[in-house]
Amino acid sequence: MATYDGLFDALGLRAWCDQGADSGPMSMADLLAKTKGDKAAEISAWDLPFPSLDALHKACSAIPQSRDLTQGLETGFLGIRDALRVVIDPLSQPLSWMLQDMLWLMTQTPWWIVMPVLFAITWFVTRSWKIVGFIAVMLGLLAFVDHYHEAMQTLAIIFVCAFVCVLLGVPIGIAMSRNDKLQRFVIPILDMLQTLPPFVYLIPLIFLFSVTEPKLYGIAIILYAIVPVVRLTDLGIRLVDKDVIEAADAFGMTNRQKLFGVQIPLALPNIMAGVNQTIMMSLAMVVIASLVSAPGLGVLVLRGIRNLELGVGLVAGFGIVVLAIALDRVTKASLARIDASQASR
Amino acid sequence: MTHTSNTAMAEPRDESLPWADEDAKRPVKVSIRHLYKIFGDDPKAALEKVREGMGKPELLEAENHVLGLSDINVDIRDGEITVIMGLSGSGKSTLIRHLNRLIEPTAGEILFNGDDILNWNEGQLRELRRKNMSMVFQKFALLPHRTVTENAAMALHTRGFARSEYEEEATRWLDRVGLGGYGEQYPHQLSGGMQQRVGIARALASNSEIMLMDEAFSALDPLIRTDMQDLLLELQAELHKTVVFITHDLDEALKLADHLVILKDGAVVQQGEPQHILLNPNDPYIEDFVADINRARVLRVRSVMTRGKPSGEDFAGDVDQNENLESVIARAEGAMDKRYRVTRDGKPVGTLDMKAIMKALVPRKVEG
Repeated sequence: MATYDGLFDALGLRAWCDQGADSGPMSMADLLAKTKGDKAAEISAWDLPFPSLDALHKACSAIPQSRDLTQGLETGFLGIRDALRVVIDPLSQPLSWMLQDMLWLMTQTPWWIVMPVLFAITWFVTRSWKIVGFIAVMLGLLAFVDHYHEAMQTLAIIFVCAFVCVLLGVPIGIAMSRNDKLQRFVIPILDMLQTLPPFVYLIPLIFLFSVTEPKLYGIAIILYAIVPVVRLTDLGIRLVDKDVIEAADAFGMTNRQKLFGVQIPLALPNIMAGVNQTIMMSLAMVVIASLVSAPGLGVLVLRGIRNLELGVGLVAGFGIVVLAIALDRVTKASLARIDASQASR
Repeated sequence: MTHTSNTAMAEPRDESLPWADEDAKRPVKVSIRHLYKIFGDDPKAALEKVREGMGKPELLEAENHVLGLSDINVDIRDGEITVIMGLSGSGKSTLIRHLNRLIEPTAGEILFNGDDILNWNEGQLRELRRKNMSMVFQKFALLPHRTVTENAAMALHTRGFARSEYEEEATRWLDRVGLGGYGEQYPHQLSGGMQQRVGIARALASNSEIMLMDEAFSALDPLIRTDMQDLLLELQAELHKTVVFITHDLDEALKLADHLVILKDGAVVQQGEPQHILLNPNDPYIEDFVADINRARVLRVRSVMTRGKPSGEDFAGDVDQNENLESVIARAEGAMDKRYRVTRDGKPVGTLDMKAIMKALVPRKVEG
């Protein structure tokens, strides 16, 4: 006898409950209960279980158990998996190619070409020899302790993922800023993406794609890192001075002229802050993504944890910190440069 | 001041006298007819209540709608400066934004050269804003990421002209407002007064016949404000634009206005020639307004003189009809018993008694 037997009897649902009963094998708990006799039925109010699916199932076998929920989700997902794959696979294939090509480019090109190119990019976006020198020291340090190859792999993944984030995130942010309904719809999704534990992204992705495909970790990183650039683009455009927008209207600008001539340039500092955050978040995710075969420094961190190799883990961890500082300095400096040339505030 | 509007002048005129021609009305450029604006969820329903006679406080209380503008009728004449004056919340900024439809009215008509712009589609409206009406803003509203030249050329750039085509025009207007050589600076590098000069150059460079100025000088400090007012009058004497100027400052209104409209709680309290309003306020509200004014400096001889061919010989001298009373008092050295012959372009048009001056200096009370 179970606690809620009386409830179903009172409601007159006993017949419905017993319809498919006793068809399955008896569970261990039931067997134990049987050996103890009917004593278990005399439960005091103190021990009254919450009427959960499992508790109700004991009294009425027509009610499913909680494990059926998780199982249902799984079978449901497996059921639509093939259909999903048909849609998502070709859509995300360019991501795989980009990641593969970038990884190949950055690891196969000799260091004496890659490093100067990176310094040149740094100079181009920051116009500051100080930052270029700083980057040179940081990269030199990593290369000196033989982490150059892994660092380049990590950088390659981040470049591609951050690029895709900006490519998708900025238009989404612009659309949100112009449409309140869309904003109300997208913000909860962004909240969910930001708070869902990163490991959880990986689970359905593993079902969808083979672990050897780079897009598996690419999508995980992008989903996690796209949030700030969307949010800050939306915010940045909404924060553009209303008086300036009014002036643009008063002088007869079209929506397109307003967007490209006024709103985006004035929102650029905020958008760049979003890009900076996006890069930082993809760097955080690249470690977790190494669980699903993302190459780079994350793999070494993972090895440190798995094999309890303290030194390997720590050095790789500091390597990631060094990369993070370098990327942050470069994006912040280019942000400051945009800000200074506009001096909008 | 080369002309006046005689709509508000009560006394009959002798058309044969020399001053009659200066009062010829200029053509109406923009006409606002029975304009209403109600803010709220259901303005149409609230409009019915207002038409039935509900006032602003009751409407807010009972219907939770804000009466922005109520039955506004104003004619804006070609080549005149029409000043709309009122305290904050009186609806003046709302009114000026109806002229280029930055705000949609609840009811009424806005006739531009006789055509109701409320029936215009987006494309026509854009053309109107690009070519016919330019605007100067209280907070300047310059584009911070563009240079001064690019800002001045905003209207031309918006119309699709390339830099090589608009640069000369923009530079010319920047020179005209006294900003020659600042073209490559960014707005934030300029002071407030200079930024507003860019704002004016921007409006002028669009070559529109109508300029809307929304509290254009209110954010500037007093000395610079005076400079800017002088600049505007100087430009106006040269260009004869149709200017609609919003202000909360009566001194500024009296200095600039050819036609003065006084708003209170979204309704027109009085409108007409500023001198006339000053001498004949029709509402205690306006009386309060004009009480603190230096009347001797604002009032002009023509407003207080006795019209008609001067007779007699005992004149202390000649004064021009556009001189202000302050200068006449200074010339009389305070004497109360003098009479002056008033002239316009050298021809005698009336007599001025010092007693009339003294009477005009005391604000008149509205009966009742």
